[in-house]
Amino acid sequence: MNTTSLIDVAILTPLIAIVGVLAFSRKPNMREAVSLIAGVILLLVNLKLYSSFNQGEALSRHWLEILPGLNLSFRVDALGLLFGLVASLLWPVTTLYAIGYMRGHNEDHQTRFYVCFAIAIAAVMAIAYAENLFTLFVFYEVLSLCTYPLVTHTGTEKAKQGGRVYLGILMGTSIAFFLPAIIVTWLVAGSLDFQQGGIFPEQTPIALLSLLLVLFVFGVAKAAVMPFHRWLPAAMVAPTPVSALLHAVAVVKAGVFSLIKILVFIFGLDTLQEIPATDYLLYLAGAGVVLASLVALRQDNLKARLAYSTISQLGYITLGALLAVESGVMGSAMHIATHALGKITLFFCAGAILVASHKSEISSMTGLGRSMPITMAAFFIASLSIIGLPPTAGTWSKWWLLTATLETDHLILMAVLILSSLLNIAYLLPIPLRAFFPGKQADAQATAIHEAPPAALIAICATASACVLLFFFPNPLFELVSQIFTEGTP
Amino acid sequence: MLSHLPILQVILPLLGAPACLILGRGKLAWLFALLVSALSFCVAAILLTTVYNHGVISYALGGWQAPWGIEYRIDLLNAWLLVIVSASSTISLLAAQSSISTEISLEKQGLFYVAWLLCLAGLLGILATGDAFNVFVFLEISSLSTYTLISLGPNRKSLWAAFRYLIMGTIGATFILIGIGLMYIMTGTLNMQDLAQRLPSAGESSTVFAAYAFILVGISLKLALFPLHLWLPNAYSQAPSIVTSFLAASATKVALYLLIRFTYTIFPSEFSQFVVPLADIFVALGVLAVFSASIVAIYQEEIKRAIAYSSIAQIGYMVIGLGIGGVLGLQATLIHVFNHALMKATLFMALAAIAARIGATTLTSMQGLGRKMPWTSFGFVVGGLSLIGVPLTAGFISKWYLVSAAALTGRWPLVFLILLGSLIAIVYIWRVVEALYFKPAADNSPVKEAPIAMLLALWLLVLGNVYFGIDTRLPVSISSEAATALVEGRP
Repeated sequence: MNTTSLIDVAILTPLIAIVGVLAFSRKPNMREAVSLIAGVILLLVNLKLYSSFNQGEALSRHWLEILPGLNLSFRVDALGLLFGLVASLLWPVTTLYAIGYMRGHNEDHQTRFYVCFAIAIAAVMAIAYAENLFTLFVFYEVLSLCTYPLVTHTGTEKAKQGGRVYLGILMGTSIAFFLPAIIVTWLVAGSLDFQQGGIFPEQTPIALLSLLLVLFVFGVAKAAVMPFHRWLPAAMVAPTPVSALLHAVAVVKAGVFSLIKILVFIFGLDTLQEIPATDYLLYLAGAGVVLASLVALRQDNLKARLAYSTISQLGYITLGALLAVESGVMGSAMHIATHALGKITLFFCAGAILVASHKSEISSMTGLGRSMPITMAAFFIASLSIIGLPPTAGTWSKWWLLTATLETDHLILMAVLILSSLLNIAYLLPIPLRAFFPGKQADAQATAIHEAPPAALIAICATASACVLLFFFPNPLFELVSQIFTEGTP
Repeated sequence: MLSHLPILQVILPLLGAPACLILGRGKLAWLFALLVSALSFCVAAILLTTVYNHGVISYALGGWQAPWGIEYRIDLLNAWLLVIVSASSTISLLAAQSSISTEISLEKQGLFYVAWLLCLAGLLGILATGDAFNVFVFLEISSLSTYTLISLGPNRKSLWAAFRYLIMGTIGATFILIGIGLMYIMTGTLNMQDLAQRLPSAGESSTVFAAYAFILVGISLKLALFPLHLWLPNAYSQAPSIVTSFLAASATKVALYLLIRFTYTIFPSEFSQFVVPLADIFVALGVLAVFSASIVAIYQEEIKRAIAYSSIAQIGYMVIGLGIGGVLGLQATLIHVFNHALMKATLFMALAAIAARIGATTLTSMQGLGRKMPWTSFGFVVGGLSLIGVPLTAGFISKWYLVSAAALTGRWPLVFLILLGSLIAIVYIWRVVEALYFKPAADNSPVKEAPIAMLLALWLLVLGNVYFGIDTRLPVSISSEAATALVEGRP
């Protein structure tokens, strides 16, 4: 088979899986098997794209022209591969986990759940390999819409409220900021293709560029830059597998991925350094990192704490890209992968605790380590990765980000990153520590609680061990992100 | 035969109407009306391709040459609207029989189709003719039959709505007639091309100014341009459901056509540029229409009424495009005319299907229908997304062109106002989505999915919304050429 058509396969595989999911809607085992198989196929396809890319093949695909000059087309590049690989690696793992969780929790509408999930993954693939900003925007909106039924899955009043905030902020910002920014870019630059070094002509007024930059940073609300971050905590009413894959990985990473793409390939790092707005946005992102961490400290609901932690970590990525140096962008790109692994593990654990013990508040989890040792151990490892301590993957990305702040003489931002890491310790580590060493207030009822369903446990162990593995073998990741800039212009 | 197409376009439904009367009531009349409407659509499609390939068609009625005889003149602009109007009539008629069987008593059903065909003939006549007085004649034909159609609505309020529309519509038509009369006094001609040549030499007389003012206001009344829109919500929400679907997609579009025709083809361009600051007036009124109508739409309990208000807002967008002017602004308007016909027909068709099954379209009565009528509900959602302007739907293309036009002329505040307007659309569409999918049904009586003919019509429109959001070659190329021809051909 022609390798270029593999891009089609990557986008269509999840969609084809929908047919199977619908066909077997009354046979849960078959239905989940279809999802799992599709996930594995998707992973293989992405790996094949990766190997072809490494052999220097230029992979691009043109679908159709919507308006004159505006195409739906796709191209494989290093950054896209990174995102595509992360998402397609975690999809089958999450499906495995979801089988345990959804059944353990007796959720309704499971068919609709798997269908929307598959559409979301297809949209993520399309975003990852989008060749131009227009294609990216189209599937960005598709992703917002198809995750809405997942957020409101339970159909309760709270879910409806959450869904309102979710869609209101994501659609609102994308229509009010993102879309005009794209249209103006199109009118100014005459193109929306992602290109090495940016696409704006040299004489573009700096004020206009500043305005566009601000519009883009706020318009891509999926990156949860404060003050447009409220949708992420609101989305936590969704079932945990959704929070895990979509709101720790797919949706939010689609946001920061889009931002990096725009900053690097629409503006270009050189232009970015000249825009005065960049500095303000840098400090805004830095403030967001610390504020979100502080808010996370005060959350007693585990999923809410993780959500604010995600906002804070997304701030790292935005910040790294806005530093406008290569090491910063590389650190950001790596953080997409390492944070994804760490955060999805944490969410898996939160869901496992909910299913096994029906606990969602942190204060009630004291002593849980005895009855759920594997889950809590995984939680500990993933926390280390989020904090950025060896021997976990998070070390590397934080290392690069810190280097980048030094390189650009942003010592305040360096302090921000360190302060935030300390805060990470403060809000994450107590949870596993108090679970294992409850002290005197040991919980007597803890004996009645058992470990999570096996399917969920396998998923947890897989992602937790990936966190460790990536610390010892980070080379493939290094090589991939270092190609973001070396790769020739199309 | 082919050379007679311009008149055939109008004669077909005009003669079909009395024939329909003879056929009596019920299914036979419906099938006949559907056939006539479908034939009209074929004629319009052939006309469009002919005009696109070979240029303007001029047809002398009865062999009397213009400017003495009546001329029918088809250029890209009206060929494009002929297709839109006849297509929306055909698709609505497809669903009409199932829809009116619950809303109109059997003995009136034959008359319903007669009025429908007359209305269609009137609308097509306004579009096809190249004679200013003929416009008035056909305007009256279409208006009178529209009043009849509205008054056939399911409850007595429809009589009141039709009466109000009658008053407002008659004032509008009279204004247009006065304007045409004044022009005739000054130039001695009624042919549009001839008028365009003679009006500049008639000079800056106050009579011509008055004619222009009367015509503008008269058309704005028929167009339901803010603040002359008050008749529209009642008329749309009280009319038989399927009539609303047809009128929303066609009647206001025809009024907009007249506005374009009179400002671009007939009156000298100094009029709209220097004598009256028309561009600013249009933009201001358009923005006011978008915001006032959208905000009112949020608070409507009756969803048909909410969507009717949304129509007023959408007319605002079209007028904003006219106000921006130039090829790009005009193109944005022409694209939105087509896309708006698509999305509004979809939304009203979905509401007609719901009305056919549960007899009401209030927010509370629609609760929980997402499960009982999945296809209809999902059709409504797609129509709503198109209205909001989500990518891959037709509405997105409209928004893209409108925002581009505003940005290129440096009207930055307008860019944000346009987009802010579509954010309000999210609110009033999402109220319905939440009612359909998240609220428990008021009662658990079983509701069947809509009748098959309505579903077919609805999904033709839904797929049209998606198709023309992806493959935009047809509307974009036609609107671009039509806009260029209008702007460059200005007298």
